[in-house]
Amino acid sequence: MNLTLRVWRQEHAQISGAFVTYPVSDINPDMSFLEMLDVVNEGLIARQETPIAFDHDCREGICGACSLTINGIPHGPNRATTACQLHMRFFADGDTIVIEPFRAKAFPVVRDLVVDRASFDRIIAAGGYVGVSTGSAPEANALPIAKAIADRAMDAAQCIGCGACVAACPNASAMLFTGAKVMHLGLVPQGQAERSDRVLRMVDQMDAEGFGGCTNYGECHEACPKEIPLEAIARLNGDYLRAALSSREEDAA
Amino acid sequence: MQWIRRFYASTIGKKVVMAVTGLLFTGFVVGHVSGNLLVYKSPQALNAYAAFLKGSAVVLWGVRLTLLASVALHAHAAYSLTLVSRRARPESYDQLDRQAGTWSARTMRWGGVLLLVFIVYHLLHFTVGSVHPSFSHTDVYTNVVTGFSVPAVAVFYIVAMLALAIHLHHGVWSLFQTLGINHPHTNRLRRVFATLLAGLVPLGFVAIVLGVVLGWVH
Ligand code: HEM
Ligand code: FES
Repeated sequence: MNLTLRVWRQEHAQISGAFVTYPVSDINPDMSFLEMLDVVNEGLIARQETPIAFDHDCREGICGACSLTINGIPHGPNRATTACQLHMRFFADGDTIVIEPFRAKAFPVVRDLVVDRASFDRIIAAGGYVGVSTGSAPEANALPIAKAIADRAMDAAQCIGCGACVAACPNASAMLFTGAKVMHLGLVPQGQAERSDRVLRMVDQMDAEGFGGCTNYGECHEACPKEIPLEAIARLNGDYLRAALSSREEDAA
Repeated sequence: MQWIRRFYASTIGKKVVMAVTGLLFTGFVVGHVSGNLLVYKSPQALNAYAAFLKGSAVVLWGVRLTLLASVALHAHAAYSLTLVSRRARPESYDQLDRQAGTWSARTMRWGGVLLLVFIVYHLLHFTVGSVHPSFSHTDVYTNVVTGFSVPAVAVFYIVAMLALAIHLHHGVWSLFQTLGINHPHTNRLRRVFATLLAGLVPLGFVAIVLGVVLGWVH
């Protein structure tokens, strides 16, 4: 198939970027979107031009590295699909495809389509974990968890931290991401000891990174390749409210 | 009180303040429209109801000051969160397609500004009386009739009630989510509840304006 790509090119965060148009031909419809970009880059390299920088790692939809906004939708038009799992057969011959980075103040552009999502790592470092005693693993059946609870915790734990929620949000809010972690750890018994501190610290960090506030549009859930439910944001709100009212850790900030 | 400062400094804390004050306004408008519809019963009924509301100065001013403080908080949180959101995406997309999000969700900010303008005008019109052509402190019924006999005023009230309908359509649904309430048993219910309130409350107010315009209330 033959396509026209309009790709965002930006050398680094300190200078402004612009769209560059690339005609591409002979694309196999069974290629993934990233393989198509590989082909484009091979052409650019052969012409002594700088290849298009884009993030990727697993290419099987589990690592969360790929981060392209394709035709105005983070990860492209297919529901519950990362850009690396999107295939060219979902486009028509002759299409023009616009490719932009995930755009947010907290996701500064590194180069072209690559953005720095270390802000997510800092939110996790602020409280997205459970403290455990080292030593031999505890007896697996000693801690009963109801199946329905375990299922919901697993639904929330599916988040791969790609940042599509932030990219799709008109407010560039990170509440689906933060909520997914707060929901996951808040549902299981292992997460209870730090539950109140966790939510206070993660929200403080989320705000400090410069993400926007949630207005319950629901765009994040639509864009999420793992379909994290909006319930995660309600739980984040509820846990935050409860923690703010009940926490005794005045110095936690 | 350190915790309150930390709470209100956060994006979630501000949103919770909007939800709680929004819930208060919602309760208020439901009561307000129910009482005001007495205009259709008789002039005496409406005036007696108005006199009853002013019966205790403590209650009257308690409610007034609570509502005024709530408007200030709701508007401040809205303004502040809007700035945070603007700053959160300094470089905009060439193209960002909406996949979800209702039309009402997208108009909360501008609709809210219109409501703020309306609230100020409404207080000057029917409470203070300074922009009313012939204001009386006791004859509320006549105030309503002469007030809405000015066509531009009637149109402005109807437009403002349209804005209220749109604001409540998203707001009443959204406030549950903000307060942590999201459960498959009640999610459908809260959509229906918000839509019903958004329809019925403004309809009741518009019925009063139209009543005067069409001569049913005179
Ligand atoms: C003073 C003028 C007002 C302004 C500037 C304003 C603005 C806003 C804004 C920007 C939001 C947030 C929308 C979002 O997050 O999606 C909001 C939410 C809300 N507003 Fe207002 N509004 C005003 C008056 C009112 C009135 C008169 C009512 C009710 C009669 C009301 C009820 C609500 C409710 C229930 C919410 C939902 C809170 C939540 O999502 O948790 N507002 N308002
Ligand atoms: S490259 Fe790992 S999820 Fe796309």
